[in-house]
Amino acid sequence: MADVEIDCLTVQFGSFTAVKDVSLQIRQGEFFSFLGPSGCGKTTILRTISGFQDPTNGAVRIGGQDMSGIGPNQRPTALIFQNLALFPLMTVFENIGYGLRVRGVPKANRDRKVDELLHLTALSDQGHKKIEELSGGQKQRVAIARALAVEPKVLLLDEPLSALDLKLRQYMRNELRAIQRRVGVTFIYITHDQGEALTMSDRIAVMNRGKIEQVGNGRDVYEYPQTSFVASFVGENNGFSGTITKISGDQAEIETSVGRLVGLNKKSLVVGAKAILFIRPEAMQCGAQGENNLSGIAADAAYEGMTTHLTMKVHDGSSIIATLTGAPALEFPPQGSSVSFAFATRDALILPV
Amino acid sequence: MLSSAGHPFIFILPFIAIVIFWVMAKFEPKPVGVTQKSFFERNGVPVAIYLIVAVTFWSLFMIVLPQLFMVEMSFRPKLPQIEIGGPKDLYTFENYHYFIYGSTTISDAINWVHIKAFFLTIFASLLIAIFNLALCYPLAFYMAQVAPAARVRFFLLLLIAPYWVNEILRAFALRIMLSSNGLINKILIGSGVVDQPVDFIGNDIALYAGLGYAYMLLMIFSLYNTIETLDHAQIEAARDLGAPWWHIHTFIVIPFIKPGVASGCTLVFMLSAGSLAAPLVLSGPRSLWFTPIVYDRFNQAFNWPQGAAYALILLIACVTFVLFVLRLGRLSLGEIAK
Repeated sequence: MADVEIDCLTVQFGSFTAVKDVSLQIRQGEFFSFLGPSGCGKTTILRTISGFQDPTNGAVRIGGQDMSGIGPNQRPTALIFQNLALFPLMTVFENIGYGLRVRGVPKANRDRKVDELLHLTALSDQGHKKIEELSGGQKQRVAIARALAVEPKVLLLDEPLSALDLKLRQYMRNELRAIQRRVGVTFIYITHDQGEALTMSDRIAVMNRGKIEQVGNGRDVYEYPQTSFVASFVGENNGFSGTITKISGDQAEIETSVGRLVGLNKKSLVVGAKAILFIRPEAMQCGAQGENNLSGIAADAAYEGMTTHLTMKVHDGSSIIATLTGAPALEFPPQGSSVSFAFATRDALILPV
Repeated sequence: MLSSAGHPFIFILPFIAIVIFWVMAKFEPKPVGVTQKSFFERNGVPVAIYLIVAVTFWSLFMIVLPQLFMVEMSFRPKLPQIEIGGPKDLYTFENYHYFIYGSTTISDAINWVHIKAFFLTIFASLLIAIFNLALCYPLAFYMAQVAPAARVRFFLLLLIAPYWVNEILRAFALRIMLSSNGLINKILIGSGVVDQPVDFIGNDIALYAGLGYAYMLLMIFSLYNTIETLDHAQIEAARDLGAPWWHIHTFIVIPFIKPGVASGCTLVFMLSAGSLAAPLVLSGPRSLWFTPIVYDRFNQAFNWPQGAAYALILLIACVTFVLFVLRLGRLSLGEIAK
């Protein structure tokens, strides 16, 4: 059953269209992410769901009920702000209990509920503290507890991890996912960080310029991108643009500035169409000969322990990256010498421009 | 004690103060374990000396000394020029005695006229401060949290522009507007709301309106500055958690802006209680405001010591009252200066 339904949603600010005709269904209990670069309209969608932004066109339905004309304080949603927006003059306990106090829940019930949430978010002994006395991760958990206190049907999170340092961010990813599994509330998560989206989400909507490019789980958007934007935005990718010259079965040949390359033609493009061939760095082989071959000058080898990123400059000036697992870094020819990369046709995707 | 004995002490004060500041700078307490340069090393000797001397002279000659002279003068008797410094020039409480009993020596009757004016001034100033707060809060909130930047600039201009006109002129303009054949009365009579002109001046309405308007800008700015520092996301967070608008104002906004409220109210209260132009121009024949009485001590009665005593009573009463209210609101002076 769809918990949140977005129906032909359009939001305009003056002459600028932030969200263009988006339709989407988010299931009950799902961890759903909107992934996109800044300015793609993902925050606008979130604010429309929470009620802070009125749609120009279209509707938002939560649990089957149309939300138009219902203010943010009447909706079954709770929003976690990018800067958390905790109340600095209240203690942790008062912060978490605020939503219940507003609803006139008797003090005894309220205290019990807050204690439960403190326990759930591993803050049991922090209740009496002021917000400024907490660490970044603790503040994060207070914000989650405060939002969960009002028992929302949908929890909306607006890039809540972006202010944390890398280690804590990775820890909080697991924490958020664990809390979501425990409470079973629908989470709608906004991020520009593909790592966050891929690791936490059940499904991801990749957005660009106010439109949804693709909806699917992490594997779908990474391995089977439907558009060239998704292919280049989610994960690293090498792209070669050109014109399709030959079709054979589910494969197509594309004429690019680095030569003729062959890849899978899943979008049924026809001869003469402008297209881009994408090949993941990890699907590249270095020094070998294969179905598709590229040659150029070795530019850089970045050794990261488990993987090594090799950069090759081709004759038109563009760079191609190959990621190798293991320790072949030593085999990489010295900078400036000629080198060749190869890749298999089944690993390359040809998508329209 | 012969009152002339006070003068040498007052003149030595600046030099004592310089020495004290010098010693403070020299033996400045330093955080333990931190190697920090001394005040003189940090600023260089010439700048350090300039700072010490300039701050001393500024604070003493502009602030402390004039007040001390007033305090000293308030304890002196009113004497003809020739007897000043003579054997009759002794420190005395007669000026304060006059405020309470209406006579420098006899204690039979209470000086109700002055005492009533004094308490009325304090009370009315308090009401003006509260009224100003109620009037300015919505506007300040709108400007600080709701309005787009361009409109805020326009509003600020509209608010500041009237204050380019000097206070006396504004007071007279208000008097003309509110007089019995002024614009307001003409409109009221013309529209049939009243059939007799309303006596705005005799009923002190003009006075309160004038005083309320005179210092409104200080209230607006105090509130605007603190409301502006409130993160708008806090208001949205409260709304998102289900709070109705009154709950957000009562429990999120107002606790946050308490220092701004205190500083705005303090300013308006103090300045209203000490205001002279508006009461002189706008008060009616029966009005009792304390500052014109003080003014009369100096200029009409030509009794400077008594004027000094009256001014001091007002000052001490106002400061005490403000400190008491701050205490009630659990605020320190440092917070309202933020």
